[in-house]
Amino acid sequence: MNAPVKVAAPAKKAKLASKKPDAKKAAAKAPAYDGPPDYRVVGRHGVYPHVTHDEAARFNFLAHMNRHLATRVMPGVKLAFDARVEPAFKKTAKRPFKDRHEVRKALLADPMFQWWSALRRATMEQRQQAGRWVTLRQADALNESVRRLTDGDPRLKLDPKLSLPRYVAAIDHHCMPGSYHTELVSGDATGAANYDVGMFATTGGMLGLYNDGGGHAVVKWVKENLPAFKPKRILDLGAGLGHNVLPIAQAFPDAEVVAVDVGAPMLRYGLARAKSLGVKNVTFVQADVSDLSQFKDESFDWIQSTMFLHETSYSSMQKIFAETKRLLAPGGIVLHVEQPQYDPAMPLFEQAMRDWDAFYNNEPFWTKMHEVDLDGWMIKAGFKKDALIHGGVAAVVDPKVFPEAAKDSKQEDYGRKAAWHVIGARKQAKAA
Amino acid sequence: MSLDPFALAGAKPKGKRPWFLESRDSERLMTILMAVAQELAVTRERLDTIERLLEKNGALTRADIERFNPTKTEAAERGAWTQEYLARILRILQQEQEALASEDQTPEEIADELARG
Repeated sequence: MNAPVKVAAPAKKAKLASKKPDAKKAAAKAPAYDGPPDYRVVGRHGVYPHVTHDEAARFNFLAHMNRHLATRVMPGVKLAFDARVEPAFKKTAKRPFKDRHEVRKALLADPMFQWWSALRRATMEQRQQAGRWVTLRQADALNESVRRLTDGDPRLKLDPKLSLPRYVAAIDHHCMPGSYHTELVSGDATGAANYDVGMFATTGGMLGLYNDGGGHAVVKWVKENLPAFKPKRILDLGAGLGHNVLPIAQAFPDAEVVAVDVGAPMLRYGLARAKSLGVKNVTFVQADVSDLSQFKDESFDWIQSTMFLHETSYSSMQKIFAETKRLLAPGGIVLHVEQPQYDPAMPLFEQAMRDWDAFYNNEPFWTKMHEVDLDGWMIKAGFKKDALIHGGVAAVVDPKVFPEAAKDSKQEDYGRKAAWHVIGARKQAKAA
Repeated sequence: MSLDPFALAGAKPKGKRPWFLESRDSERLMTILMAVAQELAVTRERLDTIERLLEKNGALTRADIERFNPTKTEAAERGAWTQEYLARILRILQQEQEALASEDQTPEEIADELARG
């Protein structure tokens, strides 16, 4: 202990002994339950894997574990940082921290950070094991139901010759064995199903009925901010299993929607899932977003990416920005949804904590992506400065059933909260 | 071709694993313990389901357990139990946080102080 830290005064001791217990009063005073909903509220679409009672219970535990770590353990990391990590560094180095990496490396030596991190990593690994168990034990049936819904459907465009971009090949993102692309058998969709069944555990239900609260948030933002916008063709980059693009396709049912991803299991599962939910206007295309040459100039009115740029690379990002400029029709918009950038005004402690997923949850590009001057890059790609779009969105869910990220002041999970920034641009309309 | 879920479910993701605790053995043990803690929570949830079904119907089948879907109130009761459970098993981390915010003396220091007359 180097220095005392200020904390809220402890609550005054309740005078329990002097009063007779009153069961009704005690019940009335019990705090309202504010934890995750039960797993069984998650929507079951037509290719959702069968989840047993005990498998649901496992996801319930994991959702609680993540919330406990965020609300009850992580505050201890800040206490330890203020009380001993930062003072010890200043004493030795005789200067303040110069960047977030120094902060993170100093935190690594502190037991509070060590235990929070070890528990957080273990929870993610347990989540992967739990989800993979669900999907792999029924792999044959699952893959067959996906095959039945997608076989011969022109809305599934796979490219078996696609070479995997380095940003996917180098590491399995968020500790998901096999990542988005691995096919354990021909026609495999289990990796996508695992992603789908476990999102609840990582977000504590904040992404809503079909893990689609992010997509609904984008739709709400567009309808509020661009009420006259009626896109005819929409492109979603890094679509995964389509959970973020389906709300967009549903909101604009007359639009033709193209969802691009590198992973065949995601696209297969995505089309089957979309069809089972009655969404007919999405085509799932296997491609590397760094090369969108198959699409014609000015052929899209709206290009969207949702929590995707942080899983790419600098070279891909620059190509994506340049390609979106080429692909947008005049008057069209591009929107990227991401966690906030590491602005110089953001405390170094917060930056270091936000970097956790980059270094310890297999999201390496996260740290690099969040230090980029996104406005500058958009302008370099040809968008006009006064045409840039900035905004903020939070997952839109049914508040009667799911927790609302926008109203959750208890949980700032430094990068995992279902509330995001929007950076985008509108391409200049042609002069009339 | 059938896949072997026993081997594949717990597969290692690509990318070197970070280790955090002072000793790897401690972290291995912690990881095993948290998996066991998870399985205990699963068993408790199953027990809760059985109790509720028995209370309501007086008898049950395993299929009833699989079909069980808690009401919002029931889910809140079960969720509150899990919150209490985690607070209990991870108590030591709470106490370390509280220790960081306090200026406690050791019993030796206090004993000496109390003996000074």
